[in-house]
Amino acid sequence: MKFVDEFRDPKLIRQAAQEIRRLARPDQHYRLMEVCGGHTHAIYRFALQDVLPDNIELVHGPGCPVCVLPMGRVDDGLSLASEHDVILTAFGDMMRVPGRTGSPLEHKARGADIRMVYSPLDALAIARANPDREVVFFAIGFETTAPSTALTLRAARQLGVRNFSVFCNHVTIIPAIRAILESPDMRVAAFIGPGHVSTVIGCRPYEFICRDYGKPIVTSGFEPLDVLQSIVMILRQLEQGVARVENQYARVVPWEGNLPALRVMAEVFELRPFFEWRGLGFISQSALRIRDGYAEWDAERRYSMPGVRVTDPKAAQCGEVLKGVLRPHQCKLFGKECTPEHPVGALMVSSEGACAAYYNYALRTPQAAGV
Amino acid sequence: MCLAIPGRIVEFLPESHLAVVEVASVRRKVNVDLVREDGLAVGDWVLIHVGFAMSKIGLAEAEEQMRLLAMLGEDRLAMDELEGYQFG
Repeated sequence: MKFVDEFRDPKLIRQAAQEIRRLARPDQHYRLMEVCGGHTHAIYRFALQDVLPDNIELVHGPGCPVCVLPMGRVDDGLSLASEHDVILTAFGDMMRVPGRTGSPLEHKARGADIRMVYSPLDALAIARANPDREVVFFAIGFETTAPSTALTLRAARQLGVRNFSVFCNHVTIIPAIRAILESPDMRVAAFIGPGHVSTVIGCRPYEFICRDYGKPIVTSGFEPLDVLQSIVMILRQLEQGVARVENQYARVVPWEGNLPALRVMAEVFELRPFFEWRGLGFISQSALRIRDGYAEWDAERRYSMPGVRVTDPKAAQCGEVLKGVLRPHQCKLFGKECTPEHPVGALMVSSEGACAAYYNYALRTPQAAGV
Repeated sequence: MCLAIPGRIVEFLPESHLAVVEVASVRRKVNVDLVREDGLAVGDWVLIHVGFAMSKIGLAEAEEQMRLLAMLGEDRLAMDELEGYQFG
């Protein structure tokens, strides 16, 4: 419990850790999956696995947006800058994600006009400031960022900005959770539910996890005490033999979600019939595309892109790590060819990727990593 | 991108979707369309993602989020993001 003393409420943290030890039956192994990059980062940063008994294993699911985006989509986005002479805009996380011929940052160094933005509204502002150029926003993210892209598209239409479009790669968390539950090599006892995604979608969409699969899910905050309390709530459900959606993060997550955000998403986006996820393959109705009413601002209709499926470098085992089948350090490239400075796979790029988080924190406390 | 930045509403800009928020004495404009239905007022705290206020929170939660960002080593990134907003 090396970090405990620097946390707020160390006494409560100790109590939660004791309660977890009391509830965890020694003859059982509990695999608990979180599906939120923020949780991945926090769990490694605070070495929470250290606080837990050995038979509680935290696995990191597909919660990091740049990690789940397959390489072919990165290449499609890059083709806009290289072949269509557009100004391509993207979030900072996206800039270092490897494509087949390098990351956006490397393409930029070779002369492509690729600009990092902090908000889709910045991309729209660039379009308005450059009326003689075409500007595309490379949109990624779960429901946390999808409403922002939707509002930006609505603004583009209202303002009549015709040199702006969006390359939409937004994905939705529910079908990914369902795919994990349906996957034969996944044995997850329960889920730690995402924090910020849930502020948008609320808690109701998780009900199928309990009803159809008999697994508990507890939406959780990000502080150490939050995560530990969520684990206590999960273990209590398992002890009682029930499966419910519970909201540990009710101080931020409303049960019904953010209704204006859900409305604007429904206005601008519709579900794609299917979409490819790194590691999970094609998942039906798991991603968003732009509705006909906004076709003019849809980069996929405006430009021809290669649309080629690109497999990850053969030695990289991003998919297995994303599904929680392998732990980051069990990948052959981990820490050797693939590091945060020179990422081969997307999970090494963002601080929310399991590999980068593991590299940055767990390696410094090898007892926590079990290496 | 997944950073949630707590900001305090300082001023609403009339006839726009934007409000001025203050974070650690830095002021920037953010979009507040998604939290208006919560009855937002000057002095309220919001959580900001990529230039948009996504939820109304209390002072305690705002302080908690700031501390969490610092603990995760993301407080500088959060300020870079806020200062980097070019719209508005």
